[in-house]
Amino acid sequence: MSLELRQVSKNVDGETYIYPTDLRLEAGVFNILLGTTLSGKTTLMQLMAGLEKPTSGEIWFNGENVTSMPVQTRNVSMVYQQFINYPNMTVFENIASPLRVAKMQNSDIKNRVGKIAEILQISQMLDRRPSELSGGQQQRVAMARALVKDSHLILFDEPLANLDFKLREELRDELPRIFSERNSVVVYATTEPSEALLFGGKTATMFEGKVTQFGDTGEVYRQPNSLKTAQVFSEPPLNTAIVHKIGDVFKISDDVSWPVGQKYAQIPDGEYTVGIRPHHVYPHRMSDSNIAIEGVVQVAELSGSESMIHFRTMGNSWVSLSHGVHVYAAQEKTTLFADVANCFYFDANRKLITA
Amino acid sequence: MKRLGWLIPTLYILFLMLPIYWLVSMSFKTTNEILGSFTLFPQEFTLDNYKTIFTDSTWYMGYVNSLAYVTLNTVISVCVALPAAYAFSRYRFLGDKHLFFWLLTNRMAPAAVFALPFFQLYSAFGLFDTHLAVALAHTLFNIPLAVWILEGFMSGVPKQLDETAYVDGYSFPKFFIKIFIPTIAAGVGVAAFFCFMFSWVELLLAKTLTAVAAKPIAATMTKTASSSGYELGLLAAAGALTIIPGAIVIYFVRNYIAKGFALGRV
Repeated sequence: MSLELRQVSKNVDGETYIYPTDLRLEAGVFNILLGTTLSGKTTLMQLMAGLEKPTSGEIWFNGENVTSMPVQTRNVSMVYQQFINYPNMTVFENIASPLRVAKMQNSDIKNRVGKIAEILQISQMLDRRPSELSGGQQQRVAMARALVKDSHLILFDEPLANLDFKLREELRDELPRIFSERNSVVVYATTEPSEALLFGGKTATMFEGKVTQFGDTGEVYRQPNSLKTAQVFSEPPLNTAIVHKIGDVFKISDDVSWPVGQKYAQIPDGEYTVGIRPHHVYPHRMSDSNIAIEGVVQVAELSGSESMIHFRTMGNSWVSLSHGVHVYAAQEKTTLFADVANCFYFDANRKLITA
Repeated sequence: MKRLGWLIPTLYILFLMLPIYWLVSMSFKTTNEILGSFTLFPQEFTLDNYKTIFTDSTWYMGYVNSLAYVTLNTVISVCVALPAAYAFSRYRFLGDKHLFFWLLTNRMAPAAVFALPFFQLYSAFGLFDTHLAVALAHTLFNIPLAVWILEGFMSGVPKQLDETAYVDGYSFPKFFIKIFIPTIAAGVGVAAFFCFMFSWVELLLAKTLTAVAAKPIAATMTKTASSSGYELGLLAAAGALTIIPGAIVIYFVRNYIAKGFALGRV
């Protein structure tokens, strides 16, 4: 099964929510929409589901144009960030509702609801009302309802965002297992790069209504085609600085420069943007490719075994994320080490230099 | 100070209950006793007043008429207000906020303003002295109120509930009746309560638009004297009975009203 967006766009009241987008999603892999809030993930999902009509463009499913088909007949499922259940129905009836609408036999309904409730570990609470459940259980009910019918398209819109840490971990483990047995197109929206990397599959990074890149998750992470993609796919935020290539050195300032090296030897001299992920900036020298950077610490957050150091350097706010506990005082001057062997260079159009 | 904390609420409740007590006490007295002496309790306890009301059709038909048009009005108001409130809460359209406010301004005019045009109109259409006439006249005040209350409750339901239902395969009418209305049942209860109450106590329009066949109980009660002179005991009994339907309705929706207050819409 496949879902295809052809030049799909969406304007609301003269404002562009989604710029013309081409996307082809296949069954059998996790398709992840990664982007910050307001980047258009939810709108794109509503277009995919048929809850909203595209302003222009077509939506094809399995080689059939479904652009004007109402959502009721498209056979899709959706789970939202908010825990959406029917408050007037028991958990059993909530899960059974898509099957009841489809006029399925009572015995079949019982069978299916029982099975999916088992998988999602909510068999004990089928007689209760959603309001009597905890948040995590409510979201499991919503997921059960989405999974109980054989939908062709399953849309998950940040389903784990409102859950506490432990539940999130649990469901993160379970979801890929549940989906792997289905022949449906699965789309999963998230704001967290780590979640995308955890699920693998394919990722489409989104920024301000545009899909900036789509491909295998690992590949998008390692080879972001543009500065925007790299920024969307970096948490904590990507460290950037303007760098000048002059002959065989990259130079940020008189004090900070490093040799260009073989890989980028061919690119012309000029101004570039360098991007370094926070976990490639260390408090101590780790290898020969590290360069020293003077900075003023703004705040150092220590979380158990990791240290996140926010500091200002060369007019930019940078972040270093490293293992171990490193204590700094605010306004402390310090030297950090950036690994220039693991950085991206972007040209004047903010495109990745792939030399 | 603390020991007297009970005093003020007690006085207040006594103050509130006194007229009602007096009414009930009067209803068990004879008219002679009411006019003749000041008594705290009925000296000659009598049920005659109530007996008259339940046997004389000019009296009990008053209750029947009132209940008929009040029920009719409540049903019409809520049924019309439900889709209107849904539109206000879910869609943006040209002038929606102004229209919403204009609806409310309908309540700002006193009923007396409409008495004459309504009388003319309903007479012309042959609706004069029917239950429907009073019920329709009261919708002018009740629909805006019901729309306002219901809109508040509906806006408290996330739009994603609608979408989830469509995704599950529900058509709009099916979703509205099977899922949405039960979800805001408390709001429907509160709206119905306010419609009922307004219509139950409104006298001017009800009196103007009826003569005999649909005469409400409140109008019947305004005839203080009959061929046998003053009948104060009878009137007191009628008054006591008139409180009961309102009390019953309040009992059923009391929890919902608290919820309505919490949502800031009552």
